[in-house]
Amino acid sequence: MNLVNNVLILVVFINFFMLSSSRLVPCIRAVSLQGALLALLPLLTHGFTAHTVVLSCGALALKGIIIPRLLLRTIEQVGIRRELEPIIGYVPTTALGALLTSASFLFANQLPLLPEHVDSLFIPVSLSTLSSGLLLLMTRKKAITQVLGYLVLENGIYIFGILLLEAMPTLVEAGVLLDLLVGIFVMGIVMHQIHRTYSDLGTEQLSALKE
Amino acid sequence: MLINALIHTLVVLLLSPLLIGIIIRVKSRFAGRRGAPLVQPWRDIWRLLRKDLVISHTTSWVFFVGPVLGVVVPVLAFLFVPLGAFPAAISFEGDFILWLYLFALARFATAAAALDTGSSFEGMGAAREVTYASLAEPVLFFCLLVIARLSGSLSFNGMFGADIAAMWPTAGVSLLLVALCWMLVLLLENARIPFDDPTTHLELTMIHEVMVLDHSGPLLGLVHWGAAMKLMVSGALLVRVILPFSTGHPGFDIALFALGMILLAALIGVVESVMARFKLPRIPQIMVGAILFAFFAWILVLR
Amino acid sequence: MYWILSALLAFAVSGILGFTPGLRQRLGTALHLLCHVAAAAFGLYGLYRFAFSPLPDLILFNLPLPLGELTFRLDAISAIFLAPVFLVAPLGALYGLGYNQQHTTLHRPRKFRFWYGLMCAGTVGVLTADNAILFLLLWEIMAVSGYFVVAAEDHTPEAKSAGFVYFTATRIGTLALIAAFALLYPLLDLFRFPAAGALPAHPPLVFFLFLLGFGLKAGFMPLHVWLPGAHSAAPSHGSAFLSGIIIKLGIYGIVRVTSFCAAPPLYWGWTLLGLGAISGILGVAFALAQHDIKRLLAYHSVENIGIIAMGLGLALLGRSTDNPALIALGLGGALLHVVNHGLFKSLLFFSAGAVIRTTGTRDIDAFGGLLKRLPWTAALFLVGAVAISALPPFNGFVSEWLIFIGALQTLQSSLSDTAAALMVLPVLGLIGGLALACFVKIFGITFLGTPRTPAAQDATEATWGMRAAMLPLALACLVIGVLPTLTLPTLQMAAHHWTGIISTYPTPLPTAIAGLGWVSRIALVLIAATLLLTLGLRFKARRAPKTDTWGCGYNQPTARMQYTASSFADGLIGWFRFSLQTKKSGAQLSELFPKPGQFYSHTPDGVLERLVLPLFQHIENTFVWLRRRVQNGIISFYLLSVTLTLVALLIYIF
Repeated sequence: MNLVNNVLILVVFINFFMLSSSRLVPCIRAVSLQGALLALLPLLTHGFTAHTVVLSCGALALKGIIIPRLLLRTIEQVGIRRELEPIIGYVPTTALGALLTSASFLFANQLPLLPEHVDSLFIPVSLSTLSSGLLLLMTRKKAITQVLGYLVLENGIYIFGILLLEAMPTLVEAGVLLDLLVGIFVMGIVMHQIHRTYSDLGTEQLSALKE
Repeated sequence: MLINALIHTLVVLLLSPLLIGIIIRVKSRFAGRRGAPLVQPWRDIWRLLRKDLVISHTTSWVFFVGPVLGVVVPVLAFLFVPLGAFPAAISFEGDFILWLYLFALARFATAAAALDTGSSFEGMGAAREVTYASLAEPVLFFCLLVIARLSGSLSFNGMFGADIAAMWPTAGVSLLLVALCWMLVLLLENARIPFDDPTTHLELTMIHEVMVLDHSGPLLGLVHWGAAMKLMVSGALLVRVILPFSTGHPGFDIALFALGMILLAALIGVVESVMARFKLPRIPQIMVGAILFAFFAWILVLR
Repeated sequence: MYWILSALLAFAVSGILGFTPGLRQRLGTALHLLCHVAAAAFGLYGLYRFAFSPLPDLILFNLPLPLGELTFRLDAISAIFLAPVFLVAPLGALYGLGYNQQHTTLHRPRKFRFWYGLMCAGTVGVLTADNAILFLLLWEIMAVSGYFVVAAEDHTPEAKSAGFVYFTATRIGTLALIAAFALLYPLLDLFRFPAAGALPAHPPLVFFLFLLGFGLKAGFMPLHVWLPGAHSAAPSHGSAFLSGIIIKLGIYGIVRVTSFCAAPPLYWGWTLLGLGAISGILGVAFALAQHDIKRLLAYHSVENIGIIAMGLGLALLGRSTDNPALIALGLGGALLHVVNHGLFKSLLFFSAGAVIRTTGTRDIDAFGGLLKRLPWTAALFLVGAVAISALPPFNGFVSEWLIFIGALQTLQSSLSDTAAALMVLPVLGLIGGLALACFVKIFGITFLGTPRTPAAQDATEATWGMRAAMLPLALACLVIGVLPTLTLPTLQMAAHHWTGIISTYPTPLPTAIAGLGWVSRIALVLIAATLLLTLGLRFKARRAPKTDTWGCGYNQPTARMQYTASSFADGLIGWFRFSLQTKKSGAQLSELFPKPGQFYSHTPDGVLERLVLPLFQHIENTFVWLRRRVQNGIISFYLLSVTLTLVALLIYIF
């Protein structure tokens, strides 16, 4: 349990790093690390069964290797390496992220959990990862960073899902992972198109499509 | 009941031109002349009824209905009205409403007949007539409400029956106001000075006279006769309010009523002689004043 | 009861048959008419059978409707409202036969016939529904069909805007009704209408919601804004049905929901009396100022709804103070006026439609002298005009007389109690006088005198179909006027059904019986004497020389010298300057020999122009501003709103 909690705390640190960093390549590396850590979790919590091994390998492959690779290739093609100033600035973003994390910790205490889950950090970390991902989505201007935020969001959901591992059938998990893959695929295409049309991956021009 | 109806009909048909004669006589005397004989209105009507007609080709059958209703309606209406203490021929609860609306029907017909000629004069007269008469309706309703409340009855016979003498001591103020408002409405509806001048034919001064410009022969005779009868019908109730006495004998009652009508005609003649006609825009103002007086009389009675 | 329901179905079928494409025009119209006649026959027979049973007739269809079952009830109140429907609807279809010629071709007659049939079917349904859900469903059918009837000629911008205002008003009304019924739900058993007198008094909110919803349909004064536009834009037989029947459904609704309560509070009666007085006086004032004949008739509908509301207010006061005579007379007068108004207003719209059809315009000042060219139409219009001015010997007088006598029942009570209801008499008197002025104006300027325009000179009489449609209505007006005692048993039964006291034999009101007996005798004598004398004089005048109008020596009168509608009503309009706000523009004649000039006057609907339209403009501006702020196209903003909603929900749950 201690090990699992430590891993989860590492995940939270990665969230904070992503919220405060403006360089794209380290962000992608961080997401990949987060994915790898999360891939370990099913093995740590539920032991080595066929189910968990398959899940871990799949998560590691997708979250840890394939998707970050795709993203790195995209930014190479597009040629950007830095994020622009986000809508509310780096320091406020990080502060907000910290606030939300503490709120999720407090909130998790209020929930009526099963006795075996009361000490673990799954719920608070999942909620805080969710909120960090949402923050990234909302406050960043570059499409790439918004995709990263989306990835973090999915990670948060995944953490929550690990709690229910026995209850969740494999097919659903596979479906979740597949959905993640497809989402990234579509985003990649969209980003390519945006870049081709506007020579720029800024999303503030998208509001011109409003009407 | 049938004899009563017969008496009423004969009285209104035969005696009403006398009122006109009296009015003309009084006015002449005021003007220093001897005046026409009292039987002159009868002679005029008789002469007109025997004359030939001339019709305008603009008119249609509506032109005839005006004078016809102008005669039929007062005769029918008079059947509701008590002759002083002599009871009315027809009496039922709510008959005064029918009475008022019969006169409204006559007004409709007269105004329509006026518009039928296609002349702007008559149209003007019709417009003025319906405008001012619509103000007279609320006054009459208020007055009748006062008397209905005081007498506790909803028919003319009951309202103007034996009790009316007893109402004066208790509600004298209200009854005075009612009599005053009634007089004003009488003068307005019967085209008397100060509202209208029955003797001139100038555009400025006419309301009723102008509506009948194109009638001739029997139609004109009916118009004059109808006007006289209308005066009698309107005046009958006023006379009863002012002279609420009743003897026991029906003959004396009728005689008393006749005397009251003659006095009323004389009074109208006096009013016509001492006053000038009001400017036309003043007429609505006066009628609104009458409405307020009548309303006040009603409030007094309600307490 | 089954007869009534089959009538409903027949109306609906008539609409469908009238619409069937591929059929030739005349065949479709003929089938439509046939269905209408069949429906009317069924309906009238059903009413006739009902008249001999004292108890309300109930049918229950147990269909699995959510929240309720299908129940239909026919009692005396519904029967009274249904009678004019079964008369006016088929006559309107008959009228429509001859309508599609000359200047007034219906743009899409098939579509019109479909919606007309559906509207009639919806009306019959509303009047017999015994279940709140069913009532609202049929109400919607009726209202939406009414919109399509109003906007039948929607290639004109005027019809479009009129239809839009009507649609908005009816939506708001239906929403208010749904809210009111929803608030009433705890007291109702499965949404079925309770028996009369079964519930305690509605709370004020429910009462005012009902008043708003039904008032918008009925057309009380501040809520009447859709009436003038809708009536003038719809085709004439559509307007006739709208004005004669549809607006009465609002009154029916109020009658029905107030009958639920055993002891209505006093302010209900006073509110209706006040609304009625305002609608009556201002309705007729606005009518006087119009020169479009159909708008004018629409305002007169507002006035008559005011009169009906006054009768209803008296009945409610009677219920509050437990005065059976007041209830019977007030309700009887109001219900009889509903029937009467349905009859004479339809008659007036039909004849106005005949005039419009042949001259091509609705402006009264373009008519004149039409009595010579349209003698039948003119005579029938005159019947309608005399009837609506409440003059004996026609039916308008009878219903107003009942209301008068009803008000007089409070004669001996004190001021604090109900004596203020006696104000009904002078108010009704004033309304009657003004209505008389208005109809003298219309009749005189339209049909009498000389033609003012070439269109009026070349006018032709209405087709036989149109005249055949008008004649039964005129006869009905005369019959009710001359034999009013026939209606009394039904009216008394309606009062019983309204208060919930069912008696095996309805006792007629003693006062009213005696009075109306005399009224009918006087009416007969009046008609006989007038006919005799008029015919006698016409006989005498058959060889009289004909000349020009003398008019006190006016040489060479022309048609343009005649009084116009604006000049006729000018004095009366001047009194109501504040409410009417008539806009006048024109040449001021200042010299001895004036130059040619033009005069123009127009009275817009005050409530619409000064209150409703600016209000809705403000609301629209607010919403535009709001939308610009919320839908700003920034994705982050959208994401933020999603997140905030989720957080809020989370907090709410915990």
